[in-house]
Amino acid sequence: MGGIGRAVAARALQAILVAVLVGALCFAMAEALPGDQAFRIAAARYGEDMVSGIAADAVRAELGLDRPAWMRLAGWLGDVARLDLGVSLVSGETVFDELVHQLGATIGLSVAALALSAVLGPPLGVLFALRAGKFVDTAGMAAAAALRAIPTFVVGVALMLVLASWLAILPAAGYDRPQSWLLPTATLALGLAAASSRVARDAMVAALRSGHVAFARTKGLGEADVVRRHALRGAAAPVTAYLGVQLVYLVEGVVVVESLFAWPGIGHALVHAVIARDIPMLQGTALTMGLLFVALNAAVDLACMAIDPRARST
Amino acid sequence: MQIAKLTRRLIAGATVAATAALAVPAVADDSRTLRIVSPWEVTGLDPARSGYLFARLQVAETLVTADDGGRPVPGLAESWAVSSDGLVWTFKLRPQAAFHDGTPVSADSVAQSLRRARATTGGMLANAPVAEIAATDGAVTIRTERPFVPLLAFLAHSSAIVLAPAAYDGAGAVTRIVGSGPYRATAIEPPLKIEIERFDGWKGPRPAIARASYLAVSRGETRTAMAESGQADLVYVLPPESVERLRRNARIGVTVMPIPRTRMLKLNAARPFFDDLRVRQAVSMAIDREGIATAILRSPTSAATQMFPPSLAEWHVPGLPPLAHDPARARALLAVAGWSPGPDGVLAKDGRPFRVTLRTFSDRPEQPPMAAAIQAQLRDVGIDMRIAIMNSGEIPAGHRDGTLELALLARNFSLVPDPLGTLLQDYGPQGGDWGAMNWSNAELTRTLEALGSASDPVERARLRAVAGRILHAELPVIPIAWFDYGVAASRRLAGVSIDPLELSYRLGAMRWAE
Repeated sequence: MGGIGRAVAARALQAILVAVLVGALCFAMAEALPGDQAFRIAAARYGEDMVSGIAADAVRAELGLDRPAWMRLAGWLGDVARLDLGVSLVSGETVFDELVHQLGATIGLSVAALALSAVLGPPLGVLFALRAGKFVDTAGMAAAAALRAIPTFVVGVALMLVLASWLAILPAAGYDRPQSWLLPTATLALGLAAASSRVARDAMVAALRSGHVAFARTKGLGEADVVRRHALRGAAAPVTAYLGVQLVYLVEGVVVVESLFAWPGIGHALVHAVIARDIPMLQGTALTMGLLFVALNAAVDLACMAIDPRARST
Repeated sequence: MQIAKLTRRLIAGATVAATAALAVPAVADDSRTLRIVSPWEVTGLDPARSGYLFARLQVAETLVTADDGGRPVPGLAESWAVSSDGLVWTFKLRPQAAFHDGTPVSADSVAQSLRRARATTGGMLANAPVAEIAATDGAVTIRTERPFVPLLAFLAHSSAIVLAPAAYDGAGAVTRIVGSGPYRATAIEPPLKIEIERFDGWKGPRPAIARASYLAVSRGETRTAMAESGQADLVYVLPPESVERLRRNARIGVTVMPIPRTRMLKLNAARPFFDDLRVRQAVSMAIDREGIATAILRSPTSAATQMFPPSLAEWHVPGLPPLAHDPARARALLAVAGWSPGPDGVLAKDGRPFRVTLRTFSDRPEQPPMAAAIQAQLRDVGIDMRIAIMNSGEIPAGHRDGTLELALLARNFSLVPDPLGTLLQDYGPQGGDWGAMNWSNAELTRTLEALGSASDPVERARLRAVAGRILHAELPVIPIAWFDYGVAASRRLAGVSIDPLELSYRLGAMRWAE
């Protein structure tokens, strides 16, 4: 099997493990939470004013919450094997249908954020590397550290205050027009770009100091050609590999950003499923995010192989 | 200087990308769609879950609705009458009323819809003593098991909206919203969005607003920003801290209106702590309501002096001595009740420290800080209170299994437009999930029952005052603050009015200001 085939197979196996583990962990965690699930679901369905012992009893009977936990988990695993994710305990819709709606919104937002961060981060990083140690580089480092240290939520609120409340040039939230994409995308992308600019900067500095770049210089190439033909490609591999690490930040960011900007994605659904203890929905959203994570990592692997021929043969 | 050139190009590239991404100007007025924002999400099509949204958006109607004072006014029913024994109510439907699928609203379809509403979990009609709902001679008749005056209020509840037969599947579940109101739903995208447009088959006055959209935005900061940016025309439930800022904005009109909801402490009156009236009184006196109302709710007048706010004119009892802040008297009362300070300053009685846990929930973001303030104020009189922030369902759950000690909640008295509906649920002989716990009062029970059947207005007023006085004297729950409902409306809109009972957004009466 070639390197690419092996990488794909390894990721596929990983995906299955992720599915089982995520499902079981979500279930266990939701079960371990204190309190009565029937009341929580009733509160989520009917609102605080209408949740009562009677409503909770009806929910318990309807959903069979009296069955032992292992029976409910086994039922879920069996259903997942048949690609049936069950029915949301709150809305009564199938989890699959809800996820299909949400996944599009989340993938769209994630891809837009990654793209924007790719446009912002690495070019800035290369710029900082070419000016290593100078003012621009130091300022860039300070800005990146600040952006990364501030919680995504605060960055989002700050952007919203400036661009939506004060300048009124962007919609603050929602998803009904093209401009609605900008604030959530920028919120996520700024954090991502902060990190990728630093990684790109360090990779570029290392590449510029490397032997093959020195050789290119001795060979008489102009500095711009050296950078373009030799240093950039050398620096691209670690930057792309780092994307995989960034995905964790992205998944975490999506949860916060979607709630803040009323974005109808999986992160938003996950937060609500946790509050409502909607276990099928919780398992479904966490599972989707887990699988998305594996798929994106696989894509990053393949991209690394494309950039760096050495990775293909190992 | 090729490096410099490359650098410049990189800078230019990054800047162009950043500005292209961030600086696309938003169109201030892309169409004449009225945009409504509130925190509440669309959790499904079932009227017991999201019916209140379809009622507020005037997509679906209830038989009867209510005016600002909670008095019944016609909805889908144009008039009604009750038999002399008080058992059979007859509702005459509005002639020419039509569902959004074009079918006429018939007595049969209304009766069927109401029977389904009554059978639904979480619905309100199930709590009324209804014996039969039928269609008789083109009218809808409802027979009750006993004379039940608040029936009209129960019928005004959003879980009793009337939907067309085509709205239900074979099993009786709602699969689409086919109502009879002046607006029809064009898109429903749970959990966040609903879009509506004017229904041409509506025979009443034609609404001036042709289209509207509803967006659920759970974060108060975001709702505020949407109001400020002009992205939303009507923003409901403003966070208290942003009201002042929005008021300074010339493009927005802010209305802050008291609504019949009261934030209160629910106490377990069976515990060794709160079975003693003196202890309940002491807790009440330890709480600085004005401080909480001023600092957290930013509305000093919302400090509760009794359970019912003055805006609930029928139930507010004018002569009652106001609930006051008096920590010295609180300490004295606790001492008389046998609680004396231990070495750590916490009160103790028979070796048992006064240590309780308060449950509250964060769906209402002001509640956790209120709980923290109450914690400090009770600490001041020697009560050690812990705070547990949970899901709202944990309060009725703790009521049911007896583990609840204290809870901070906001009880809606216009659950059905007549507060009696809430009181019957909360202060009956068994107490109630959101009301008394292990406390009952025979006289109050008799009074509330009498209110269920008395129809003489003078007698009803007397009975209401009796009930109000008992609740005030006995403190089965401790009122903390009344509720202000903050709404921001764009100046682009005219004819805006706010329904204190939250039954309708009243879009039909609004128009675009020119």
